[in-house]
Amino acid sequence: MKTCLDLFWTFFKLGLFTFGGGYAMIPQLKEIVVEKKKWATMDEVMEIIAIAESTPGPIAINMATYIGFKQSKVLGSLCSTIGVILPSLIIIYLISLFFNQFLALKFVNYAFVGIKCAVAFLILRAGLDMFKKMKKTIFSLSIFIIVFSLLIIFELFAISFSSIIFILCGGLLGIIFYGISQRKKVSE
Amino acid sequence: MIYLELFFEFFKIGLFTFGGGYAMIPLVKELVINKSWLSEELFYDFIGVCESTPGPIAINMATFVGSTQGGLLGSILATLGVVLPSFIIIILVATILTKFTNNKHFKNFLQGIKPIIVALITSTGLILLAKAIGYNSNFEFTINDLSIGIFAGICLIYSIYKIVFKKKINTILLIVISALLGVVVSYLT
Repeated sequence: MKTCLDLFWTFFKLGLFTFGGGYAMIPQLKEIVVEKKKWATMDEVMEIIAIAESTPGPIAINMATYIGFKQSKVLGSLCSTIGVILPSLIIIYLISLFFNQFLALKFVNYAFVGIKCAVAFLILRAGLDMFKKMKKTIFSLSIFIIVFSLLIIFELFAISFSSIIFILCGGLLGIIFYGISQRKKVSE
Repeated sequence: MIYLELFFEFFKIGLFTFGGGYAMIPLVKELVINKSWLSEELFYDFIGVCESTPGPIAINMATFVGSTQGGLLGSILATLGVVLPSFIIIILVATILTKFTNNKHFKNFLQGIKPIIVALITSTGLILLAKAIGYNSNFEFTINDLSIGIFAGICLIYSIYKIVFKKKINTILLIVISALLGVVVSYLT
Protein backbone atom coordinates (compact mmCIF):
# COMPACT_ATOMS: atom_id res chain seq x y z
CA MET A 1 0.00 0.00 0.00
CA LYS A 2 2.86 2.33 0.86
CA THR A 3 4.47 1.72 -2.53
CA CYS A 4 1.16 2.46 -4.24
CA LEU A 5 0.77 5.80 -2.49
CA ASP A 6 4.38 6.60 -3.29
CA LEU A 7 3.79 5.72 -6.97
CA PHE A 8 0.66 7.85 -7.06
CA TRP A 9 2.31 10.86 -5.47
CA THR A 10 5.53 10.65 -7.50
CA PHE A 11 3.67 10.44 -10.80
CA PHE A 12 1.22 13.13 -9.70
CA LYS A 13 4.20 15.48 -9.32
CA LEU A 14 5.63 14.35 -12.67
CA GLY A 15 2.28 15.05 -14.33
CA LEU A 16 2.07 18.46 -12.69
CA PHE A 17 5.47 19.62 -13.85
CA THR A 18 5.61 18.08 -17.32
CA PHE A 19 4.90 20.72 -19.90
CA GLY A 20 4.87 19.83 -23.57
CA GLY A 21 4.29 16.12 -23.65
CA GLY A 22 6.06 12.86 -22.97
CA TYR A 23 9.62 13.54 -24.09
CA ALA A 24 9.83 16.55 -21.78
CA MET A 25 9.21 14.11 -18.94
CA ILE A 26 12.35 12.04 -19.54
CA PRO A 27 14.92 14.22 -17.68
CA GLN A 28 12.67 14.42 -14.60
CA LEU A 29 11.86 10.73 -14.83
CA LYS A 30 15.58 9.99 -14.83
CA GLU A 31 16.18 12.17 -11.78
CA ILE A 32 13.27 10.94 -9.68
CA VAL A 33 12.48 7.40 -10.82
CA VAL A 34 16.03 6.24 -11.65
CA GLU A 35 18.28 8.14 -9.26
CA LYS A 36 16.10 8.88 -6.24
CA LYS A 37 13.53 6.09 -6.08
CA LYS A 38 15.58 3.45 -7.92
CA TRP A 39 12.40 2.02 -9.47
CA ALA A 40 14.14 1.44 -12.79
CA THR A 41 17.61 1.68 -14.33
CA MET A 42 18.35 4.12 -17.13
CA ASP A 43 18.59 1.17 -19.55
CA GLU A 44 15.09 0.12 -18.55
CA VAL A 45 13.82 3.67 -19.07
CA MET A 46 15.32 3.67 -22.57
CA GLU A 47 13.65 0.33 -23.23
CA ILE A 48 10.31 1.69 -22.00
CA ILE A 49 10.70 4.67 -24.33
CA ALA A 50 11.25 2.28 -27.25
CA ILE A 51 8.13 0.32 -26.24
CA ALA A 52 6.16 3.54 -25.73
CA GLU A 53 7.10 4.68 -29.21
CA SER A 54 5.87 1.49 -30.78
CA THR A 55 2.59 1.25 -28.86
CA PRO A 56 -0.31 3.65 -29.20
CA GLY A 57 -1.08 6.31 -26.65
CA PRO A 58 0.68 9.12 -24.85
CA ILE A 59 4.28 8.32 -23.84
CA ALA A 60 3.72 9.64 -20.29
CA ILE A 61 0.88 7.15 -19.77
CA ASN A 62 2.90 4.26 -21.18
CA MET A 63 5.79 5.06 -18.84
CA ALA A 64 3.61 5.45 -15.76
CA THR A 65 1.78 2.18 -16.47
CA TYR A 66 5.00 0.24 -17.10
CA ILE A 67 6.93 1.50 -14.06
CA GLY A 68 3.87 1.13 -11.80
CA PHE A 69 3.38 -2.45 -13.02
CA LYS A 70 7.00 -3.32 -12.30
CA GLN A 71 6.64 -2.12 -8.71
CA SER A 72 3.23 -3.47 -7.69
CA LYS A 73 1.51 -5.19 -10.64
CA VAL A 74 -1.89 -3.91 -11.83
CA LEU A 75 -2.62 -1.96 -8.64
CA GLY A 76 0.71 -0.17 -8.95
CA SER A 77 0.13 0.73 -12.58
CA LEU A 78 -3.35 2.01 -11.73
CA CYS A 79 -1.92 4.26 -9.00
CA SER A 80 0.87 5.71 -11.14
CA THR A 81 -1.35 6.19 -14.22
CA ILE A 82 -4.10 7.93 -12.25
CA GLY A 83 -1.38 9.99 -10.58
CA VAL A 84 0.07 11.19 -13.86
CA ILE A 85 -3.30 12.15 -15.43
CA LEU A 86 -4.92 13.76 -12.39
CA PRO A 87 -3.12 17.15 -12.55
CA SER A 88 -4.10 17.63 -16.22
CA LEU A 89 -7.64 16.51 -15.55
CA ILE A 90 -8.09 19.00 -12.70
CA ILE A 91 -6.37 21.93 -14.42
CA ILE A 92 -8.07 21.51 -17.81
CA TYR A 93 -11.48 20.89 -16.23
CA LEU A 94 -11.18 24.19 -14.35
CA ILE A 95 -10.02 25.98 -17.51
CA SER A 96 -12.90 24.51 -19.54
CA LEU A 97 -15.41 26.07 -17.15
CA PHE A 98 -14.16 29.56 -17.92
CA PHE A 99 -12.62 29.23 -21.37
CA ASN A 100 -15.44 30.91 -23.30
CA GLN A 101 -15.67 33.88 -20.95
CA PHE A 102 -11.89 34.07 -21.00
CA LEU A 103 -11.79 34.19 -24.82
CA ALA A 104 -14.41 36.94 -24.84
CA LEU A 105 -11.95 39.32 -23.16
CA LYS A 106 -10.52 41.67 -25.77
CA PHE A 107 -6.84 41.36 -24.85
CA VAL A 108 -7.11 37.56 -24.55
CA ASN A 109 -8.58 37.51 -28.03
CA TYR A 110 -5.62 39.53 -29.27
CA ALA A 111 -3.20 37.22 -27.47
CA PHE A 112 -4.75 34.23 -29.25
CA VAL A 113 -4.04 35.85 -32.63
CA GLY A 114 -0.38 35.40 -31.70
CA ILE A 115 -0.81 32.02 -30.01
CA LYS A 116 -2.50 30.62 -33.11
CA CYS A 117 0.56 31.51 -35.17
CA ALA A 118 2.85 29.94 -32.56
CA VAL A 119 0.84 26.70 -32.56
CA ALA A 120 0.94 26.55 -36.37
CA PHE A 121 4.69 27.11 -36.23
CA LEU A 122 5.27 24.44 -33.56
CA ILE A 123 3.23 21.76 -35.32
CA LEU A 124 4.66 22.53 -38.75
CA ARG A 125 8.19 22.47 -37.34
CA ALA A 126 7.55 19.16 -35.56
CA GLY A 127 6.23 17.72 -38.83
CA LEU A 128 9.21 18.96 -40.85
CA ASP A 129 11.66 17.65 -38.21
CA MET A 130 9.98 14.25 -38.43
CA PHE A 131 10.15 14.37 -42.22
CA LYS A 132 13.89 15.09 -42.09
CA LYS A 133 14.44 12.11 -39.77
CA MET A 134 12.14 9.77 -41.71
CA LYS A 135 13.90 6.95 -43.54
CA LYS A 136 13.27 7.88 -47.16
CA THR A 137 12.56 4.93 -49.41
CA ILE A 138 10.43 4.95 -52.56
CA PHE A 139 7.74 3.29 -50.45
CA SER A 140 7.74 5.78 -47.56
CA LEU A 141 8.08 8.84 -49.80
CA SER A 142 5.22 7.85 -52.10
CA ILE A 143 2.97 7.05 -49.13
CA PHE A 144 3.88 10.40 -47.60
CA ILE A 145 3.14 12.34 -50.80
CA ILE A 146 -0.17 10.56 -51.47
CA VAL A 147 -1.49 10.91 -47.92
CA PHE A 148 -0.26 14.50 -47.59
CA SER A 149 -1.99 15.53 -50.84
CA LEU A 150 -5.20 13.71 -49.91
CA LEU A 151 -5.28 15.40 -46.50
CA ILE A 152 -4.90 18.84 -48.08
CA ILE A 153 -7.57 18.05 -50.72
CA PHE A 154 -9.98 16.79 -48.05
CA GLU A 155 -9.45 20.01 -46.13
CA LEU A 156 -9.97 22.22 -49.19
CA PHE A 157 -13.20 20.48 -50.21
CA ALA A 158 -14.33 20.02 -46.59
CA ILE A 159 -14.61 16.26 -47.04
CA SER A 160 -14.97 14.46 -43.72
CA PHE A 161 -12.81 11.38 -43.49
CA SER A 162 -11.32 9.40 -40.67
CA SER A 163 -7.53 9.43 -40.62
CA ILE A 164 -7.64 6.16 -38.71
CA ILE A 165 -8.28 4.53 -42.09
CA PHE A 166 -5.00 6.01 -43.41
CA ILE A 167 -3.13 4.71 -40.37
CA LEU A 168 -4.54 1.19 -40.81
CA CYS A 169 -3.83 1.16 -44.58
CA GLY A 170 -0.27 2.38 -43.96
CA GLY A 171 0.34 -0.36 -41.43
CA LEU A 172 -1.08 -3.01 -43.74
CA LEU A 173 0.96 -1.80 -46.73
CA GLY A 174 4.03 -1.79 -44.48
CA ILE A 175 3.51 -5.43 -43.56
CA ILE A 176 3.06 -6.40 -47.23
CA PHE A 177 5.80 -4.23 -48.76
CA TYR A 178 8.55 -4.70 -46.16
CA GLY A 179 7.57 -8.35 -45.76
CA ILE A 180 8.07 -9.00 -49.47
CA SER A 181 11.35 -7.06 -49.66
CA GLN A 182 12.71 -8.92 -46.62
CA ARG A 183 11.79 -12.27 -48.18
CA LYS A 184 13.54 -11.26 -51.42
CA LYS A 185 16.71 -10.42 -49.50
CA VAL A 186 16.67 -13.80 -47.76
CA SER A 187 16.21 -15.70 -51.04
CA GLU A 188 19.06 -13.76 -52.68
CA MET B 1 -25.90 8.61 -24.58
CA ILE B 2 -23.19 11.27 -24.65
CA TYR B 3 -21.08 9.70 -21.88
CA LEU B 4 -20.68 6.36 -23.68
CA GLU B 5 -20.05 8.18 -26.94
CA LEU B 6 -17.29 10.28 -25.38
CA PHE B 7 -15.71 7.18 -23.85
CA PHE B 8 -15.75 5.11 -27.06
CA GLU B 9 -14.68 7.90 -29.40
CA PHE B 10 -11.69 8.74 -27.22
CA PHE B 11 -10.93 5.05 -26.72
CA LYS B 12 -10.69 4.76 -30.50
CA ILE B 13 -8.40 7.78 -30.68
CA GLY B 14 -6.20 6.40 -27.87
CA LEU B 15 -5.92 3.13 -29.72
CA PHE B 16 -4.77 4.69 -32.98
CA THR B 17 -2.50 7.48 -31.77
CA PHE B 18 1.02 6.38 -32.57
CA GLY B 19 3.80 8.91 -32.32
CA GLY B 20 2.74 11.24 -29.54
CA GLY B 21 0.37 14.11 -28.97
CA TYR B 22 0.73 16.00 -32.24
CA ALA B 23 -0.35 12.96 -34.24
CA MET B 24 -3.57 13.01 -32.27
CA ILE B 25 -4.59 16.56 -33.17
CA PRO B 26 -6.05 15.72 -36.61
CA LEU B 27 -7.95 12.74 -35.16
CA VAL B 28 -9.54 14.87 -32.43
CA LYS B 29 -10.26 17.64 -34.94
CA GLU B 30 -12.13 15.20 -37.19
CA LEU B 31 -14.11 13.95 -34.20
CA VAL B 32 -15.18 17.31 -32.78
CA ILE B 33 -16.10 18.71 -36.19
CA ASN B 34 -18.01 15.65 -37.44
CA LYS B 35 -20.02 15.55 -34.21
CA SER B 36 -20.36 19.36 -34.11
CA TRP B 37 -18.99 19.32 -30.57
CA LEU B 38 -16.67 22.31 -30.99
CA SER B 39 -16.09 24.96 -33.65
CA GLU B 40 -12.82 24.64 -35.53
CA GLU B 41 -11.83 28.07 -34.23
CA LEU B 42 -12.33 27.11 -30.59
CA PHE B 43 -10.52 23.82 -31.13
CA TYR B 44 -7.42 25.53 -32.53
CA ASP B 45 -7.45 28.09 -29.72
CA PHE B 46 -7.55 25.24 -27.26
CA ILE B 47 -4.42 23.63 -28.72
CA GLY B 48 -2.62 26.80 -27.60
CA VAL B 49 -3.87 26.15 -24.07
CA CYS B 50 -2.75 22.49 -24.22
CA GLU B 51 0.74 23.58 -25.16
CA SER B 52 1.04 25.89 -22.19
CA THR B 53 -0.49 23.76 -19.43
CA PRO B 54 1.14 20.69 -17.87
CA GLY B 55 0.38 17.16 -18.94
CA PRO B 56 0.17 15.18 -22.17
CA ILE B 57 -1.75 16.89 -25.00
CA ALA B 58 -3.92 13.78 -25.39
CA ILE B 59 -5.19 13.99 -21.81
CA ASN B 60 -5.75 17.74 -21.98
CA MET B 61 -7.82 17.45 -25.15
CA ALA B 62 -9.91 14.55 -23.90
CA THR B 63 -10.62 16.40 -20.65
CA PHE B 64 -11.59 19.60 -22.46
CA VAL B 65 -13.83 18.02 -25.08
CA GLY B 66 -15.40 15.78 -22.42
CA SER B 67 -16.08 18.71 -20.13
CA THR B 68 -17.72 20.84 -22.84
CA GLN B 69 -20.03 17.94 -23.80
CA GLY B 70 -20.72 16.21 -20.51
CA GLY B 71 -19.39 18.26 -17.61
CA LEU B 72 -17.14 16.65 -15.00
CA LEU B 73 -18.35 13.10 -15.68
CA GLY B 74 -17.86 13.68 -19.40
CA SER B 75 -14.29 14.83 -18.91
CA ILE B 76 -13.48 11.86 -16.67
CA LEU B 77 -14.95 9.36 -19.15
CA ALA B 78 -13.24 10.89 -22.19
CA THR B 79 -9.91 10.87 -20.33
CA LEU B 80 -10.38 7.27 -19.20
CA GLY B 81 -11.23 6.36 -22.77
CA VAL B 82 -8.07 7.87 -24.22
CA VAL B 83 -5.86 6.30 -21.52
CA LEU B 84 -7.33 2.80 -21.38
CA PRO B 85 -5.86 1.41 -24.65
CA SER B 86 -2.31 2.36 -23.60
CA PHE B 87 -2.90 1.02 -20.12
CA ILE B 88 -4.13 -2.36 -21.34
CA ILE B 89 -1.49 -2.69 -24.07
CA ILE B 90 1.41 -1.84 -21.75
CA ILE B 91 0.24 -4.37 -19.17
CA LEU B 92 -0.02 -6.99 -21.91
CA VAL B 93 3.48 -6.10 -23.13
CA ALA B 94 4.81 -6.29 -19.56
CA THR B 95 3.25 -9.70 -18.90
CA ILE B 96 2.57 -12.00 -21.82
CA LEU B 97 3.69 -10.09 -24.89
CA THR B 98 7.26 -9.32 -23.82
CA LYS B 99 8.61 -10.22 -27.26
CA PHE B 100 5.74 -8.65 -29.19
CA THR B 101 7.46 -5.35 -29.99
CA ASN B 102 10.27 -7.39 -31.61
CA ASN B 103 7.82 -9.17 -33.90
CA LYS B 104 8.85 -8.75 -37.56
CA HIS B 105 5.37 -8.06 -38.90
CA PHE B 106 4.63 -5.60 -36.12
CA LYS B 107 7.85 -3.72 -36.91
CA ASN B 108 6.83 -3.57 -40.58
CA PHE B 109 3.41 -2.31 -39.51
CA LEU B 110 5.10 0.55 -37.61
CA GLN B 111 7.37 1.29 -40.58
CA GLY B 112 4.29 1.60 -42.76
CA ILE B 113 2.57 3.92 -40.30
CA LYS B 114 5.49 6.33 -39.98
CA PRO B 115 5.06 8.28 -43.25
CA ILE B 116 1.31 8.57 -42.52
CA ILE B 117 2.00 10.14 -39.12
CA VAL B 118 4.51 12.56 -40.66
CA ALA B 119 1.97 13.49 -43.36
CA LEU B 120 -0.77 13.97 -40.75
CA ILE B 121 1.34 16.28 -38.60
CA THR B 122 2.86 18.28 -41.49
CA SER B 123 -0.49 18.83 -43.19
CA THR B 124 -2.12 19.84 -39.88
CA GLY B 125 0.64 22.42 -39.36
CA LEU B 126 0.24 23.74 -42.90
CA ILE B 127 -3.57 23.95 -42.66
CA LEU B 128 -3.29 25.72 -39.30
CA LEU B 129 -0.83 28.20 -40.78
CA ALA B 130 -3.12 28.84 -43.78
CA LYS B 131 -6.07 29.44 -41.44
CA ALA B 132 -4.04 31.71 -39.16
CA ILE B 133 -2.99 33.95 -42.06
CA GLY B 134 -6.41 34.20 -43.63
CA TYR B 135 -7.79 31.07 -45.32
CA ASN B 136 -11.55 31.00 -44.68
CA SER B 137 -12.47 27.65 -46.26
CA ASN B 138 -14.41 27.35 -49.54
CA PHE B 139 -11.35 28.71 -51.39
CA GLU B 140 -11.78 32.19 -49.91
CA PHE B 141 -8.73 34.02 -48.73
CA THR B 142 -8.67 37.30 -46.81
CA ILE B 143 -5.01 38.02 -46.19
CA ASN B 144 -4.32 38.87 -42.59
CA ASP B 145 -1.17 41.04 -42.56
CA LEU B 146 -1.08 41.08 -38.79
CA SER B 147 -0.79 37.29 -38.50
CA ILE B 148 1.74 37.07 -41.32
CA GLY B 149 3.85 39.62 -39.45
CA ILE B 150 3.55 37.69 -36.18
CA PHE B 151 4.39 34.39 -37.87
CA ALA B 152 7.49 35.97 -39.47
CA GLY B 153 8.41 37.34 -36.03
CA ILE B 154 8.10 33.88 -34.47
CA CYS B 155 10.32 32.34 -37.17
CA LEU B 156 12.88 35.09 -36.60
CA ILE B 157 12.87 34.72 -32.79
CA TYR B 158 13.17 30.94 -33.12
CA SER B 159 16.17 31.19 -35.48
CA ILE B 160 17.95 33.88 -33.46
CA TYR B 161 17.46 31.92 -30.23
CA LYS B 162 18.83 28.81 -31.91
CA ILE B 163 21.93 30.64 -33.17
CA VAL B 164 22.62 32.47 -29.89
CA PHE B 165 21.86 29.72 -27.34
CA LYS B 166 22.56 26.72 -29.62
CA LYS B 167 19.30 25.03 -28.58
CA LYS B 168 15.59 25.13 -29.34
CA ILE B 169 13.51 27.77 -27.57
CA ASN B 170 11.25 26.49 -24.80
CA THR B 171 7.70 25.95 -26.09
CA ILE B 172 6.00 27.87 -23.28
CA LEU B 173 8.37 30.82 -23.69
CA LEU B 174 7.60 30.90 -27.42
CA ILE B 175 3.85 30.85 -26.74
CA VAL B 176 4.12 33.64 -24.16
CA ILE B 177 6.17 35.76 -26.59
CA SER B 178 3.64 35.21 -29.40
CA ALA B 179 0.74 36.06 -27.09
CA LEU B 180 2.48 39.33 -26.20
CA LEU B 181 3.22 39.95 -29.88
CA GLY B 182 -0.47 39.39 -30.63
CA VAL B 183 -1.58 41.88 -27.97
CA VAL B 184 1.02 44.54 -28.84
CA VAL B 185 0.54 44.35 -32.61
CA SER B 186 -3.28 44.34 -32.31
CA TYR B 187 -3.29 47.44 -30.10
CA LEU B 188 -0.83 49.24 -32.36
CA THR B 189 -2.88 48.71 -35.52
